[in-house]
Amino acid sequence: MATSSTVTKPRDVLGTSALRPDGAHKVQGSFEFTSDMHAENMLWGATLRSPHPYARIVSIDTSDALALSGVHCVITARDVPGKPTYGLISSDQPVFAQDFVRYMGEPVAAVAADHPETCRRALALISVVYEVLIPLTDPEDAVSGAHDPIHPDGNVIRHQRIIRGDQFATGPIVVEGEYVIGMQDQAFLGLEAALAIPDSDGLGVHLHVATQWLHEDLKQISACLNLPAEKVRLTLGGVGGAFGAREDISLQVHCCLLALKAGRPIKMQYSREESFFGHVHRHPATIFMRHHADANGKIVKIDARFVFDGGAYTSTSPAVLINGITHTQGPYKCDNATVDGFAVRTNNPPCGAMRGFGVVQACFAHESQMDKIAAAVGKSPVEVRLINAMVTGDPLITGQIMESVAPVARCITETDAIPMPEPLGKTINELALPGGSGLTASRSNIVRGIGWGVSMKNLMYSEGFDDYATARCILKDGVASLKFATSEVGQGFVTLAPQIARSVLGVDEVIIEPIDTQIGSAGSTSASRQTWMSGGAVDGACRLVRERLFHHVGKMHDIDPLRLVIDGTDIADQVGTFRISVEEASDGIEFSETFEHHHRATEELDENGQGNCHTAFAFVAHRAVVDVDPELGLVKVVQIATAQDVGRVLNPLSAIGQVEGGIAQGLGLAVMEEIVMQDGKVRNPSFTDYLLPTALDAPEVVAVMIEENEPQAPLGAKGIGEPPCISVTPAIVAAIRNAIGKDIERIPVRPQDICL
Amino acid sequence: MSENEFYQLRVNGKTHQVQDSWVGESLLYVLRERLGLPGTKGACEQGECGSCTVLMDDAAVCACLVMAATAINSEIVTIEGITTESALTDVQQSFVDEGAVQCGFCTPGLIVAVHHLLEKNPQPSEFEVKEAISGNICRCTGYGRVFAAVEATIRSRNVEQ
Repeated sequence: MATSSTVTKPRDVLGTSALRPDGAHKVQGSFEFTSDMHAENMLWGATLRSPHPYARIVSIDTSDALALSGVHCVITARDVPGKPTYGLISSDQPVFAQDFVRYMGEPVAAVAADHPETCRRALALISVVYEVLIPLTDPEDAVSGAHDPIHPDGNVIRHQRIIRGDQFATGPIVVEGEYVIGMQDQAFLGLEAALAIPDSDGLGVHLHVATQWLHEDLKQISACLNLPAEKVRLTLGGVGGAFGAREDISLQVHCCLLALKAGRPIKMQYSREESFFGHVHRHPATIFMRHHADANGKIVKIDARFVFDGGAYTSTSPAVLINGITHTQGPYKCDNATVDGFAVRTNNPPCGAMRGFGVVQACFAHESQMDKIAAAVGKSPVEVRLINAMVTGDPLITGQIMESVAPVARCITETDAIPMPEPLGKTINELALPGGSGLTASRSNIVRGIGWGVSMKNLMYSEGFDDYATARCILKDGVASLKFATSEVGQGFVTLAPQIARSVLGVDEVIIEPIDTQIGSAGSTSASRQTWMSGGAVDGACRLVRERLFHHVGKMHDIDPLRLVIDGTDIADQVGTFRISVEEASDGIEFSETFEHHHRATEELDENGQGNCHTAFAFVAHRAVVDVDPELGLVKVVQIATAQDVGRVLNPLSAIGQVEGGIAQGLGLAVMEEIVMQDGKVRNPSFTDYLLPTALDAPEVVAVMIEENEPQAPLGAKGIGEPPCISVTPAIVAAIRNAIGKDIERIPVRPQDICL
Repeated sequence: MSENEFYQLRVNGKTHQVQDSWVGESLLYVLRERLGLPGTKGACEQGECGSCTVLMDDAAVCACLVMAATAINSEIVTIEGITTESALTDVQQSFVDEGAVQCGFCTPGLIVAVHHLLEKNPQPSEFEVKEAISGNICRCTGYGRVFAAVEATIRSRNVEQ
């Protein structure tokens, strides 16, 4: 009989700041990212891309490239043995362009060669004759039908209305605006990379890849390769960030095709420039909103029209559209609405998932509108938001009842209670002024502004999609092994999963098995869903193991297993003195259980946009303080105060990391990040010309976590990844407006929008 | 490739032979693909992101912008040269403890940059820290935990003194 040892050091259970298990390797440079992988006899792969936004392919001649020394094979659309297209929602994107190229950067051919430089020279030797066509670049031309279809599926990807309540309701206050959101890039640091190793019999392939969703990749890749799913095995390579850009196929099919054709391992990795063309971006959007309110500023009705530019192929545009329009009201009560939404096809780069997924765009519009209501009724931004704040039980404009914990008012008041930064007058360091070390600003010219943003974000997938997650737990000799296909992209699920196992099972040592397709799907690392979904699956598997462990111990020691609990690292009898360590109780025995976590069912919207389409929601408030140089149009974000509805904090260090990181991305969209398009051509596909927030742009972040346990969530915790980047953007823009007294309806805010 | 070159590089205190290389290869490529030192990361090829930060004759440089064959007379230190076998350095430990690592792709470059900063300037102001690492882009953390890690390192060094 074992006696319990007193726990002297805190265990890395739920609620503690457990450290990353991969942290030591990452700080030493020994963590293996996909781009670090090698295989014996490996060749390099590279992609030829279209220089035109829209053109007909007249001919492709690969003979000169094939003749180059060091080149092993060249493939085009003719070499795709299976399905010629792929796509997350609609399979409308060619593996290689066949008849037409529909965006600048569309893949046309790929080569395998002995050196990256050989690949580059081979690509230059592929002769493609194009008949250049006039591109469709204005999304309104897709809506109106002014341009001929650029794809057999037409130019409107999806159209959806929301009709709710009294269509003629209005009030004494009517405010409106047309808001424009630019195209943002996810700009993860670890570029797209994969290593494909063909089976020795040439009948299958093993792909190591940096992705967000192994099983969805598997489904699309195996169809294109015309191989049964069991002949294609995927293992997650080290992933250097994702933020939505790894949800779609990029180089996966190309890399596998080259490996099968060459009969040798193929490594592909994109350059930064290629990455800008190789993955989907955040949808640019134009959103018209008109709010009708009563004299107190309470919303009576919202009219809105959304146009999302989906670019050349569907990707996730239909879902982004639904997210956008169903978040028209933001975190506010609204009984009446008329919303019209379009996601359209153009010859611009394809757009799809990025952190915030349609809600970022809607939030910039509705928060700009809230400030207009506040100004019209003479109330503060805080007052008008509190008057309208949604609570649990409120109906949404889709008719769905808000069942999630909804501490909207608390998010606002707790943000409001955060102390303001030191006043501008006391700033002594000129380097902290807008313009920084350029010393372009004199302090007397700098004006300070304060702005607010509050948002609501759906969690998990919507519209009837069952994005379940699978996990297996094996307990043996006091050690738990966890197996799942959950993509670790940097967010920290590899930290959280062992915390769950330690809490449920009373073990300290937890092994994470390779993340691959040798177990059921975990769904995507997106939609703020993995803590809830894969966390729920790990929790479920561990609970099943614990139940079996208790039965085993109960049988061995003649105790009703229902009396047993985990206490630290022991199993203890709640009503007696019996104790045994988990290690001893599982000595020499293996308990293995697999669990699938499903969230509650959702449904599609009807033609009037009514239906219980979303699973759950989270809320957040942001207050921004900015300094602006009105002459040069430069902005320095001084402080972001935020209170976020998180359900429950499972790891404080991970949580603050998500909050601060999301705020930086939202800051980027507010004042600097935009893929600049001209006639369908990307003008700035580099980190020299696409600006990202640096350490000098990082504001002080003061964050409060609002912990109100979410009963629907397996661990009581909501997803926290997306909310930080959503309402911070409108908060910053509102602060700029507040500083300079000028209306700005476009993001990112450019210097000329401020000073001209 | 036909344009073969043979030269020697001094990396992390050792002399490495570079053979059969193309003269156009960057120091980043040679470190990663020829010398088996993949800790230095590439993410922009234009010296904008700092992921490939290495020390070259005691200056922090972007290895993507250095032609390897021009570095033959320089002492180069990479993340592997900063890392010791026995334990994490204080900077590395602080990055882990303070949550400064998420995806970790920018991390080796940041570790090199912070080691270099604290060697040159053991008591940097908050602003000097920001300036020193402003050439290292991190897309995950928003830098808050990175600042905390640098501060924690400085604090621990002050206590030791």
